[in-house]
Amino acid sequence: MQRNLLTFLILGALIVAAALLAEFMGIRLYERIATTMFVSMILVLGLQVFMGNSGILSFAHIGFMGVGAYTSAVLSIPDRMKGMALPDLYPILENVQLSPYLTILIGGLVAALVAAALSYPLMRLSDAAAVITSFALLVVLHTVLTHWSAVTNGPRTLFGIPEATSLWLACGVALAALIGAMAFKESRAGQLLRASRDDEVAAAAIGVNITRLRWVGFILAALFAGIGGALWGHFVTSFSPRAFYLKETFLILSMLVIGGANTVTGAVIGTLIVTFAYEALRSVEAGINEAGFMPQQVIGLTEIVLALAMIAVLSLRPGGLFPAREIGTLLTLKRKTGGKSP
Amino acid sequence: MDFAIQFIINVLSLGGAYALMALGLVLVYGILKLVNFAYGELIMVAGYTLHLVGGSPLPWLVMAAVAVVMAMVAGLATDYVAFRPVRAKSVTAVLITSFAFSKLLQNAALLFISPRPRSVPLPEIFSQSVMIAGTPTPMRDIITIVAAVLLLGLFAFLMQKTVLGIAMRAAATNFTMARMLGVPANLIISSAFAISGLLAGVVGILWIGRIGTVAPAIGLEPLLIAFIACVIGGMRSLQGAVLGGFILALIDTTLNYTLSQDLLKFRDAFTFSLVILILLWRPEGLMKGPASGQRT
Repeated sequence: MQRNLLTFLILGALIVAAALLAEFMGIRLYERIATTMFVSMILVLGLQVFMGNSGILSFAHIGFMGVGAYTSAVLSIPDRMKGMALPDLYPILENVQLSPYLTILIGGLVAALVAAALSYPLMRLSDAAAVITSFALLVVLHTVLTHWSAVTNGPRTLFGIPEATSLWLACGVALAALIGAMAFKESRAGQLLRASRDDEVAAAAIGVNITRLRWVGFILAALFAGIGGALWGHFVTSFSPRAFYLKETFLILSMLVIGGANTVTGAVIGTLIVTFAYEALRSVEAGINEAGFMPQQVIGLTEIVLALAMIAVLSLRPGGLFPAREIGTLLTLKRKTGGKSP
Repeated sequence: MDFAIQFIINVLSLGGAYALMALGLVLVYGILKLVNFAYGELIMVAGYTLHLVGGSPLPWLVMAAVAVVMAMVAGLATDYVAFRPVRAKSVTAVLITSFAFSKLLQNAALLFISPRPRSVPLPEIFSQSVMIAGTPTPMRDIITIVAAVLLLGLFAFLMQKTVLGIAMRAAATNFTMARMLGVPANLIISSAFAISGLLAGVVGILWIGRIGTVAPAIGLEPLLIAFIACVIGGMRSLQGAVLGGFILALIDTTLNYTLSQDLLKFRDAFTFSLVILILLWRPEGLMKGPASGQRT
């Protein structure tokens, strides 16, 4: 328990420190970067809840982010904007205008419900079949978001979403997600799920209902993703379905993989490192473009470096930077061995 | 009657292309348990090679051959970059590296070539059509069917009759045992990636022949098709991959003809939902294939 508290304190302090830093630098850009980072962190923590505990890679996560973002947007766009933003909206929804803070929560719940409805049978699958079906699920969600014009304005940009996400709201939700991810990991369900990750046959033999536990983990992950998506929607205030596809999946996945998918510490640290690297590379890219070194615009450099980093991490340290133990455990272990050795 | 012929030719030509794509994917999966996300990028590589050699005075067939060879080289590169360093580690690690490698290739194309689609040289025959029993049929459909029949035949011969094919099948069945009996592991793995690249290269040219241009994200759709086809057919069976390709083509073509315009937009959603259903019914796919041994 003490170790978990220590882990929470360290990671929480890192999160708050990042927010404070962004606030006191007084540069608007840094504030925006930090807010986006907290949204990513919520998503990465959600992915960790499922992937870290069950050991199954899920590609569908970003799809649920999209579900959350669109749900919250549709319910909160002001009356006078609705006719323009969503001309084909169903009449029942036309006069709905709820507070964004409420709809962010609803967005998460709807994403969780959709996940619950779609995913139970999928949880029977393991290994390659599980990964490919989750990929198929992402394509299904993306196709529906892109073409369900009545609710999403089709492939076009949806605008007019009220701004509600501030740096501190995102920071607070990231802290809540941190607590949620840690609590799930240490809960009975989380421990049994991790047992099934390490040895599926042995876990089934002691009577673990693996399908059901994975399902619970998956729903929780979708809840995180939905809330994260809704927060993001109320931060950028206009987006299109393209924002919820493979590029975003790759970014979130790289954060989790580089940090270490099996630990909450890995999720948080991975997000911090990758965000920092990503922004640094982006400014390098922008610098090159402005200076006009190259005949054409430089794009894709950031992704290339991220991909190389992922490949390097996986070949040198396949579990990520924090493969097995949370930071609190690592620190207490060190202190103990330090005390013993003369 | 016209309609029937059109339908059959559509299914056969699409199915042939799908089957070849699925075969390349399953060949690697069967031996290595590697779901190769970078497979679609092999098609992209073939396309860009064709674009880059387009200005040269070479005959088109030579350009196409160069493109196929480049796809094979890219396939071998997948082996060295994404597979060898992590192959002793978890399935997930191998999966993610192949995903990262796919992003790497895609963004390299964005950075070094262009985000916009580029045209590829195509011989005139690709845009001509012939009359079959009174129905105008594009020549490229016929070419696809012929190419699929030839390649599938060649592939079957290779796997059944040659030492390499027998060794590859042995490795797919029980890798450890195959190694103990003196099958050189690295050679087998490299050959699997090279053949996979060959299939992707040929399919790439046929695929791009339909569109006429190549763009960095072009590999996604073929990759999805190959995934789905081999999941339907069975991830472990080469015959399953071919069967899956044709079934998927049948589903796609039928949906194309039967769905209303409004619903057609959602075709991918229908297809993929169907795949999820098939997997729930038979998690192993339609054809089981040999029980897989442990990868090294």
